[in-house]
Amino acid sequence: MTQDGSFPMLSVRSGTKRFGGVLALDEVDVDVFAGEVLAVLGDNGAGKSTLIKCMSGVHRLDSGVIVVDGDPVQMHSPSDARALGIETVYQDLALFDNLSPTANFYAGREMAWPRWLPTGMRLLRRRSMSQVTQEVLDRLQVALPDFEAPVGLMSGGQRQAVAVARATAFVSRLVILDEPTAALGVREAARVLDLIRRLRGEGKAVVVISHAMDHVIEVADRALVMRRGRKVGELTPSEDSREQIVSLIVGGEG
Amino acid sequence: MKERIGRPVEAGQIEPDSTTPSARSRDRMMVGKETAPMHQSAEPPARSDAALRMALFLLRAGPLLILVLLILVIASVTPLFLTTRNIGNVLAQTAVIAVLSLGQLLVIVTRGIDLSVGSTLALATVAGALVFHSGNSSLVVIPVMLGAGVLVGLVNGLLFVKGRIPHPFIVTLATFTLVRGVALWLSDGRPIQEVPQVVQVIGGDSILGWIPVSTFVVAAVAVAVWLLTTRVVWGRWIYAVGGNPEAARRTAIPVSAILVSVYLFSGLTAGIAGVLTAGRTNAGAPTFGALAELDAIAAVIIGGASFLGGRGKVSQALVGAMMIGVIRNAMNLANLDSFFQLIVLGIVIIVAVESDVLRGYLENRLRLIQATRT
Repeated sequence: MTQDGSFPMLSVRSGTKRFGGVLALDEVDVDVFAGEVLAVLGDNGAGKSTLIKCMSGVHRLDSGVIVVDGDPVQMHSPSDARALGIETVYQDLALFDNLSPTANFYAGREMAWPRWLPTGMRLLRRRSMSQVTQEVLDRLQVALPDFEAPVGLMSGGQRQAVAVARATAFVSRLVILDEPTAALGVREAARVLDLIRRLRGEGKAVVVISHAMDHVIEVADRALVMRRGRKVGELTPSEDSREQIVSLIVGGEG
Repeated sequence: MKERIGRPVEAGQIEPDSTTPSARSRDRMMVGKETAPMHQSAEPPARSDAALRMALFLLRAGPLLILVLLILVIASVTPLFLTTRNIGNVLAQTAVIAVLSLGQLLVIVTRGIDLSVGSTLALATVAGALVFHSGNSSLVVIPVMLGAGVLVGLVNGLLFVKGRIPHPFIVTLATFTLVRGVALWLSDGRPIQEVPQVVQVIGGDSILGWIPVSTFVVAAVAVAVWLLTTRVVWGRWIYAVGGNPEAARRTAIPVSAILVSVYLFSGLTAGIAGVLTAGRTNAGAPTFGALAELDAIAAVIIGGASFLGGRGKVSQALVGAMMIGVIRNAMNLANLDSFFQLIVLGIVIIVAVESDVLRGYLENRLRLIQATRT
């Protein structure tokens, strides 16, 4: 599924990032399209994490540009990325185990009033927040045993689902998922893959980092393989291209 | 392959439509835990489930239940206990612990601790008495006392956040001794008799002959903290910082400001407790509030807040404070030696925290059982 004739939702052009003497990203070009799942593959230290951290505002490129919907952007922090409609689900999920799904959804961006007060002093719009949260969870068909229970009491898959749903609730453009199925059992992983497909169905762009080749083949439309900070290949993942992907990752063929 | 958008049907799933609110609110889970031992679901889950829920309910309500039980037992043994006069006594004796525990609660929710509140209380009483005796209007006395508390709290918060001292225990241990020293120095180590009338009324008077005015102060502080923690964005952030400081940073919550604010508020409660103490005794003294910080911490922990942060309610802190007050009062009524008060209080702390450990274990069990059921 290539996006013929459409503009990329987000592009990285000649993205380069150094950490001391290490060249973590070396002139990397990436396009991410709406309604598409892009897998970023590579061995440890290949530059995958650096790439998505640059996309999500954690790091800044040393050179090169990030273009969102045709406009070059400067992101100085994750909040900047969020303001552009880019949400990230970190590998550690960054959930507040002591808070309910609703409080997790809105942490740091609570619906509150009146607007003339400083943000911290405003009163929470608790009903509106839990309504929206319920709607999002319903839409993504995530069922939770107890809607008001702290997420710390939920299973790994449910927590992952809450984290992904949280990103989904606020994303307008791109969701970045770092190893979304790594800690999950078979059935829970299937649920998360389902969520990813649903996001794509809603016209969002999805970038997934994963080591699980089966999941990549199952869900990704395009795969980008990185090695030592470079993009070494871009192809459509399928059972037929599995061998090729693996050899690109490990560097079997130039 | 990519057309499988619909929800895959799982074996053992009873209700087809789990998206209705009624189904969601029931104890079903959509995501099963593959790794959990499957044989558990073969046992009668409903019964063990109900038993677990019951046990959990009891444990969650534990401190309040124990308090009620305690009151019933004491009342049946000592008829004096439930007289208006004695109830007023308990309330008056508990007021200082209760106010301090409300400040301590917010600190503990952020994974911190404030050891300095007892010393700060003393400093506030001394400062208030000194200002009063130097011929100032009694109107400035209360602001001075509260200001002294806020100042110490601010110093604590800034030392911890900006000075990057690794743990608030160390920061407040230092101010615990430093502030007490300042109070002794300012007062020349002696109590200063007489504080303004208004302070005496707030700290020492009662309404209808038995309801202490200080109880209304406790109630006002409690309502304020309750509103803050349940209705205001700042309060939500306090719990977020306690639950996951790193995630709070990533979601652009002002973590440093939150941390400073809880110590500042704890200092303010110490100032308020200073007003109550000075009013009750009609004096300012550098020795006031000795070990009050430990009472406040004990109250918060007995009430069921987690020392690991992120969990704890206003009602729980108040129950914890009442528990300490009731135990002290009962032992006084029974003419028991104060040695026993210390022993009993220690036991109560252990029982309260052990039951909290048990609660955590049972919650985990319940989660596993629920997860294997799907």
